[in-house]
Amino acid sequence: MKRRGFAFDLGIATAVLVVLVILPILFPSKALIDFAIRVAAFGIFASSLNILVGYTGLVSFGHGMFFASGAYAFGLLMQKAGTSIPTAFLLTVLISAALAVVVGAICVRLKEIYFAFLTLAFQMLLHSLIISWQQLTGGDQGLMGGIPRPPFLGIDLSDQSQLYLFACATLVISLLLMRHLMQSPFGYTLRMIRDNAERAQYIGIRVWRMRLAAFVLAGTFASIGGIIMSLLMSGAYPEFAYWTISGEAIFMLMLGGTSAFLGPTVGTMMLLLLNDVITKFTEYYGLTLGVVILLFALVFRKGVADFVVEEWRRRFGENQA
Amino acid sequence: MLKIEHLCKSFGGLAATNDVSLHFLPGSLSAVIGPNGAGKTTFFNLISGTFRPDSGRILLDGENIAGVSRSGIVRRGIGRAFQVASIFPSLTVEEALMGALHAHREQNAVVRSRFPIPGTQVRAREVLDMLGLAAKARTLSCNLSHGDQKLLDIALALVLQPRVLLLDEPTAGMGPEERWQMIDKVYRLWEMEKMTLVFIEHDMDIVFKIAQSICVLCYGAVLAEGTPDEIRANPAVIEAYLGTDVEAQK
Ligand SMILES: Nc1ncnc2c1ncn2[C@@H]1O[C@H](COP(=O)(O)OP(=O)(O)OP(=O)(O)O)[C@@H](O)[C@H]1O
Ligand SMILES: [Mg+2]
Repeated sequence: MKRRGFAFDLGIATAVLVVLVILPILFPSKALIDFAIRVAAFGIFASSLNILVGYTGLVSFGHGMFFASGAYAFGLLMQKAGTSIPTAFLLTVLISAALAVVVGAICVRLKEIYFAFLTLAFQMLLHSLIISWQQLTGGDQGLMGGIPRPPFLGIDLSDQSQLYLFACATLVISLLLMRHLMQSPFGYTLRMIRDNAERAQYIGIRVWRMRLAAFVLAGTFASIGGIIMSLLMSGAYPEFAYWTISGEAIFMLMLGGTSAFLGPTVGTMMLLLLNDVITKFTEYYGLTLGVVILLFALVFRKGVADFVVEEWRRRFGENQA
Repeated sequence: MLKIEHLCKSFGGLAATNDVSLHFLPGSLSAVIGPNGAGKTTFFNLISGTFRPDSGRILLDGENIAGVSRSGIVRRGIGRAFQVASIFPSLTVEEALMGALHAHREQNAVVRSRFPIPGTQVRAREVLDMLGLAAKARTLSCNLSHGDQKLLDIALALVLQPRVLLLDEPTAGMGPEERWQMIDKVYRLWEMEKMTLVFIEHDMDIVFKIAQSICVLCYGAVLAEGTPDEIRANPAVIEAYLGTDVEAQK
């Protein structure tokens, strides 16, 4: 098997970024730009969840808590502390990582279903905290009055097209970093834990520490998705912390697939597209979406990107199996 | 080297390991035998940290490792393979071995470079050569035959260069011919690596042929221990265990 290095990924990332920069020049459309920014936010979010689901074998139902912590921490820092965007970005990531350390330390020792439920419980806890701490968070109204977006380094994120470029760059860099982590020895340790956590212990892997590390990484990246979302909406809303947001991320993984690295990003585009298309043509949004998801879960049993990768390997025989 | 003192473990009311005391000399090749449910696997589970013993000591070079975590025990030099091959289905044979090597070298949390870290592949290939698995290096583990999965399970332990290697029925589920091939490989790796090897085996021909010392477990307790000749002549063993076997052979 050929093992392509970081340089290869960097090349692809740069090429994609160039295309993304050119895209709005060829198709100037506000809707497209808005769509792309949401893809960036949720693409990072879904890919970060896949570090847990696809690579470590931990299914979290509460991953949305880090999306929310990202959006709220960032929004609050900008609103109340008046920091610059880069500082708020960095602090938000650190705060979310700290939150992930605490929640992860409690959750990762648990077996599958208990892990899933406990992460969900933590997310709901954060949700009720946001709702009830009205003075700080604006309660169910969300962070009101907009988030100030002062220019930094000549970049003005209150300008939609600049925000688009920022979001695309953040998406590409985040994916590149996650990809690198998953191709590192650490990434393979996670795969071994996913495949057979028991056996992993008998070759000397400290399973729960590694799971915690994966949990913290996933939570940290998820918060970056939340930051982009709060920049787009110029606010943060309790829906970001509601369980449905974790559900959507899981749908994205189901649609796009968990075994190919870009699967979650593909799934994000699919779900957001479905979202826009279905709501345009029918009022039975939930029903239609449910049928599509069931189709993937029960009939295909894998995501779109999984099919593509398998077909590629079959044609070009890159890997023996 | 490895010294077991008054080891006990019960599941509910059942004494799966009952006051077992044994001594394994450095570089020795020993077999553990006994009827189904005698507590052989449980004995390995206690040594490798699967369960904490109820009482008793497990001394590795003088250090009591009873109660140490599984990964901690591996790091101290005790490796094991399982009765039912325990592997990493979605990794290739080579990837699994290199992954194990990274863990062994405390490099399994490295994030700066890519997998594998240079140098691991060479060692992985050595182990695969030793076990005759080299041709399967790039096969997905889940696509291996039953026998090759058992070999991979052993390879995963071997790559860690254990001082003590515990093999739980390496020939389980194999036909007669495959059994002898497997045992041949086990014997050769013991000769080459010079580790302390303990294996569980049901086939008496195999046990008497290669083991230097044999321990017979029955209802969790040591019924007898000694050289193959001593065990063959032991009246308690003949009555409890070998009797039927010997008669069947007549
Ligand atoms: N985790 C466990 N919980 C409860 N009982 C157990 C457990 N592990 C083993 N036992 C019981 O302990 C006894 C010894 O089991 P063990 O697996 O050690 O036998 P064995 O000698 O390896 O048998 P075999 O030859 O069939 O592999 C059995 O009665 C078994 O049911
Ligand atoms: Mg057994």
